Amino acid sequence: METQKTPACPPACTDCDQAGCACVNCRCSVQIRGLGVKKKDTVILHDVDLNVGHGEILALIGRNGAGKTTLLKALLGRIPYTGEIRFTSHKGENVAKPKIGYVPQNLVFDHSSPLTVADMLCANLSRRPVWLGQRKAARAHAEEMLRRAGAAHSLLDKRLGTLSGGELQRVLLAFALDPIPDLLLLDEPVSAVDRRGIEVFYELVSTLRERYHMPVILVSHDLSHVRQYATTAALLDRTIRISGPVADVMDSREVRETFGLPAKEEE
Amino acid sequence: MEQIYGVMDVLFPFEWAEFSFMKNAFLAVLLITPLFGLVGTMVVNNRMSFFSDALGHSALTGIAIGVLLGVDNYLLSMLGFALLFALGISAVIGSGVSSADTIIGVFSSTGLALGVVLLSASGGFAKYSSYLIGDILTVQPEEIALLAVLLVVVLLVWGLFFNKFLLASINADLAASKNIREGTVQKVFVILVAVLVTVSIKWVGVLIINSLLVLPAASARNVARSMRGYHVWSVCLSLFSGVTGLLLSYYLGTAAGGTIVLVAAVLFALTFCFSAVSGRRRAA
Repeated sequence: METQKTPACPPACTDCDQAGCACVNCRCSVQIRGLGVKKKDTVILHDVDLNVGHGEILALIGRNGAGKTTLLKALLGRIPYTGEIRFTSHKGENVAKPKIGYVPQNLVFDHSSPLTVADMLCANLSRRPVWLGQRKAARAHAEEMLRRAGAAHSLLDKRLGTLSGGELQRVLLAFALDPIPDLLLLDEPVSAVDRRGIEVFYELVSTLRERYHMPVILVSHDLSHVRQYATTAALLDRTIRISGPVADVMDSREVRETFGLPAKEEE
Repeated sequence: MEQIYGVMDVLFPFEWAEFSFMKNAFLAVLLITPLFGLVGTMVVNNRMSFFSDALGHSALTGIAIGVLLGVDNYLLSMLGFALLFALGISAVIGSGVSSADTIIGVFSSTGLALGVVLLSASGGFAKYSSYLIGDILTVQPEEIALLAVLLVVVLLVWGLFFNKFLLASINADLAASKNIREGTVQKVFVILVAVLVTVSIKWVGVLIINSLLVLPAASARNVARSMRGYHVWSVCLSLFSGVTGLLLSYYLGTAAGGTIVLVAAVLFALTFCFSAVSGRRRAA
């Protein structure tokens, strides 16, 4: 099977379930079966079943405290859970050690740390400790990562703590996209970013989805963005209340009830 | 050793270098201070300065256990207890019952008090009070060799694991997405700090050791703009404080450890002023 290095998926490969598909960029899909999380005796999540396919953007919606962030933490392996999370390649093979890209909502970090964007990106690229400084090749790679995430390469030598909300979001996206993940998790990537920045960010994510065909899970509060950019949606309230194509879910009784929307407001 | 002394005689034709105890102390400072500067960067970044302080205090109990067991070299008993102590603190913090600084405070004072009680019970505390402020002038040539080994080990760990330390210190969730388990990384780091503190406590002292770990890195943060700059500044400031403090203490007749820390504190004040002034200039 021939592998190719260009980042763009060739047109013949848009259907990744095709047998013999040679596209190295077609990422695996994610299946969540019967997932449950308990904290002491409180059930936070139970019987969560969810599929995210190649090139799908699944919007995870729900009221505050519905368990959205908990589900992301389970996917990241940060908390113990019951049930199963399976990653399958386009050929149906199990991916044992999936790569996950994660863009957190508000990155909680030490803003006064002498940590540059290049330090952070290069720490992820190689084993060479960044306190020795970065090699030219690693810097070039980091510049390419920033470019891919729509950020200026002049950010490289800025300290992470001095970036604007939008800039930080791009840097985090750049960080999440290398190595190209099997699943991209976006946790409300909007709160610290202005409205125009949000649209640019979502457009970027849509482009990346088309190019790399990775599954994306997007946690969002903004239902108009969900409608515009997601392909599927799932309503979470400790378990999946309803899931499916985005328009069906958004017009469902469950979603209208949860968010207190009047019936068929959108039409 | 004789060759090194010979080189030093040529390099330093001064009064202080005529004494071999000063030569030894000088060599020990050259080995210890870069170590503290290096490891201090992550202690400060991870906000673990209180934690490393507690580890220093636990050394006293470690010595007491060594005395009770009747061993001559307290290094192993100190090391063993420090590791237990460190993992104990991590476990109690992990349970989420109380805030981290409270738990560390409880452990820290218990470690100190238990050490004092056990040592005074087994025949007078005065004999061990040198551990409180340490005495770098007592360092022996074979101990300098031990410090050199320690430097190599820390450099190796710093070379192999630093990127993981760094990513885990930025944000645990972000690190988890790259398959870096924050808990594991944290343990490796805690063990490293425990080994460093325990091995050097005899010469630096329980009360001073943490200042040496924290001050150079804290000063470096005032002036550094990248990880590389942070490390270069931290190691250089640490070395400078060590050498200057040692020589000052010789001429002033003061305790070496305290003098070194004071020099480091002055450097912190200077870098702090520098950062405040340059920050205002940038804002204007």
